[in-house]
Amino acid sequence: MRQNNSITQEHTRRSKAKADGENAFKVRLSIRTALGDNAYAWDTNEEYLFKAMVAFSMRKVPNRETTEISHVLVCNVTQRVSFWFVVTDPLKNHTLPAVEVQTAIRMNRNRINGAFFLNDQTLEFLKIPSTLAPPTDPSVPIWIIIFGVIFCIVIVAVMLLILSGIRQRRRMSKGPTEVDDSEDKCENTITIENGIPCDPLDTKGGHINDAFMTEDERLTPL
Amino acid sequence: MEKARPLWANPLQFVFACISYAVGLGNVWRFPYLCQMYGGGSFLVPYIIMLVVEGMPLLYLELAVGQRMRQGSIGAWRTISPYLGGVGLASVVVSFFLSTYYNIINAWAFWYLFHSFQDPLPWSVCPLNSNRTGYDEECEKASSTQYFWYRKTLNISPSIQDSGGVQWEQGLCLLLAWLVVYLCILRGTESTGKVVYFTALLPYCVLIIYLVRGLTLHGATNGLAYMFTPKLEQLANPKAWINAATQIFFSLGLGFGSLIAFASYNQPSTDCQKHAIIVSLINSSTSIFASVVTFSIYGFKATFNYESCLNKVILLLTNSFDLEDGFLTASNLEQVKGYLASAFPGKYSEVLPQIRNCSLESELATAVQGTGLSFIVYTEAIKNMAASQLWSVLYFFMLLMLGIGSMLGNTAAILTPLTDSKVISSHLPKEAISGLVCLVNCVIGLVFTMEAGNYWFDIFNDYAATLPLLLIVLVEIVAVCYVFGLRRFESDLKAMTGRTLNWYWKAMWAGVSPLLIISLFVFYLSDYILTGTLQYQAWDASQGQLVTKDYPLYALAIIGLLVASSTMCIPLVALGTFIVRCLKRGDTPPVA
Repeated sequence: MRQNNSITQEHTRRSKAKADGENAFKVRLSIRTALGDNAYAWDTNEEYLFKAMVAFSMRKVPNRETTEISHVLVCNVTQRVSFWFVVTDPLKNHTLPAVEVQTAIRMNRNRINGAFFLNDQTLEFLKIPSTLAPPTDPSVPIWIIIFGVIFCIVIVAVMLLILSGIRQRRRMSKGPTEVDDSEDKCENTITIENGIPCDPLDTKGGHINDAFMTEDERLTPL
Repeated sequence: MEKARPLWANPLQFVFACISYAVGLGNVWRFPYLCQMYGGGSFLVPYIIMLVVEGMPLLYLELAVGQRMRQGSIGAWRTISPYLGGVGLASVVVSFFLSTYYNIINAWAFWYLFHSFQDPLPWSVCPLNSNRTGYDEECEKASSTQYFWYRKTLNISPSIQDSGGVQWEQGLCLLLAWLVVYLCILRGTESTGKVVYFTALLPYCVLIIYLVRGLTLHGATNGLAYMFTPKLEQLANPKAWINAATQIFFSLGLGFGSLIAFASYNQPSTDCQKHAIIVSLINSSTSIFASVVTFSIYGFKATFNYESCLNKVILLLTNSFDLEDGFLTASNLEQVKGYLASAFPGKYSEVLPQIRNCSLESELATAVQGTGLSFIVYTEAIKNMAASQLWSVLYFFMLLMLGIGSMLGNTAAILTPLTDSKVISSHLPKEAISGLVCLVNCVIGLVFTMEAGNYWFDIFNDYAATLPLLLIVLVEIVAVCYVFGLRRFESDLKAMTGRTLNWYWKAMWAGVSPLLIISLFVFYLSDYILTGTLQYQAWDASQGQLVTKDYPLYALAIIGLLVASSTMCIPLVALGTFIVRCLKRGDTPPVA
């Protein structure tokens, strides 16, 4: 008698777990893609773990704390690895509504993924969309900080150059008014090199003879 | 009391300034495209021929004119003939247009540079949509790099008519770009001379680093093989030759007046012939070098996309037929497809429409040029490299150096005639003139930061400089050879540098180069006339791709205005000078 019971029980359970059932979900695992050489084989023990994780997730839902591993049915396991599962309620003899199962799985997705060393892409629950991680938004965008730094440096450099230019011009207008004439190219390249047409101290007397210009006068310290 | 003309501290600064000006973004993003379109390795043949026949002679001519006349473009051409001051003015107008729109590229480079300091790079992931169940729709349809360029950077509007408002982020970057340019030109040749050491040399450092990285990337050899296999039949295509000539012409930056300005700060005894040859050779070899780098990156990107495509097909088949994970690989894909088609014909025909035909060739054949290459294609390749932040920072830093180097030349072309003019330089110091020019350009440049700004940028890029420059350079050659007199110019050069002019230059200046330019000019005109209405590429956010649209009437009017405002300077100034002279002759009675 008992054997008959268990066989009929098995029958009813199998018929409930038929694929494409309203409350059934298809699961797809890509173990080799995720783990490469460290991939484990999918066997009945892994199935047991899966059922345990689903039961665990259902237990977290209020009113469903009594869900047992045996209430979770798995069928149609393929080589892929993919299979269908459904959660039953033996007391009322029906399958739990999809919405409840979906909410339970979504809330514990990370734990389920972790148990199998997989992630949302390699352990897929078709029909259950995964919640995407929110983007990290710093309070001040990073680019503005870098922009601000470079902007300040450039402004300071511009100010420095303008101020030094004004100072040079004031020094020039206060000093001797004679400026070297352009015919003396050699002197031009030296004196203009610093951006300032420097007036050597002895222009007041008259024309300078290059040959007698000593080294340190040529290189005016400025 | 005549103020001495500022000079370059040494000839090396002059060479670096010319290199920094000539080696610009066009070498990086236009030449690889042309190479790919017109026959790969065989494109080098028309390119080198045009370099020798057109590039070197024209470059030498401009440098010689600048060095001989020792004035900016307006003064130099007025000295050659009073009626030709318009040529210089046209150069200044074209340079003004160029500097207005060119600096927005530097602004974009700054924007990407600042965003490169994040992990992950902002253009590598799509942002989430409002209810966090998936990615943003526009980003899904296009790619994340396209989305970042068109939506986050440009915030582009669907057509040129919808101007939208000024994007403050782009406006800030543009302001920064102009401040940096101002910092470099503030003190004239004194500051420019020091900056060009960096802007000329740093891009090469980055290119070398990228070359080493690029060649070691997976799939780089695919790109290089694709590029360098010569397709000799393209040599018979006249477009290949025309594009080689145009590329040499625009790449050297002839006709803007920048080269004349730079050369005017030279010692008169400088050997500009040697410099012309050096600069043009370096410019062309940089183009070729940059395209080697670009094609290894292309190869990497194409291989990556091809492999992703294959992986998607494999995943699709594995899921549809519940095959064992890892069973399908790239090598047995075709076999298994055949087997599945015969074993499960019904299911296979269901899945068939979703299976994309992955082809490495078609990935490599996507030829892109311009901003699309730098900001979409390169960023896509960079995001897949290890340590992508580093490569991104290096790349955009290089773009900045190239762009600022070219800007220095552009602004020199505008500032030199202004500072040469006694009227202006007596009232305002050099710093104030530079500041005013930068400010005016910055304010006008804000147009390009609007939502439709990229469309206006394309208008300026395609039409502001192309036709007018050809005309300007043509008038330049004719002026030097026939108005000033080739013999007189030759003797002037000999007196200045002490070297006789080689017969080759004389032959090129007097005969070959003008003919080449006339044929280019005719080709461009006929191309515009034959295409009828001008069209542009607009970004359609709903489809996530570019669509072709016609320009509205006022945009066509502005294009016409752009071209006319520079070309009309030449005849108008000539006419004006003629009238003034007639009036003067009429006023003063003839002296006995």
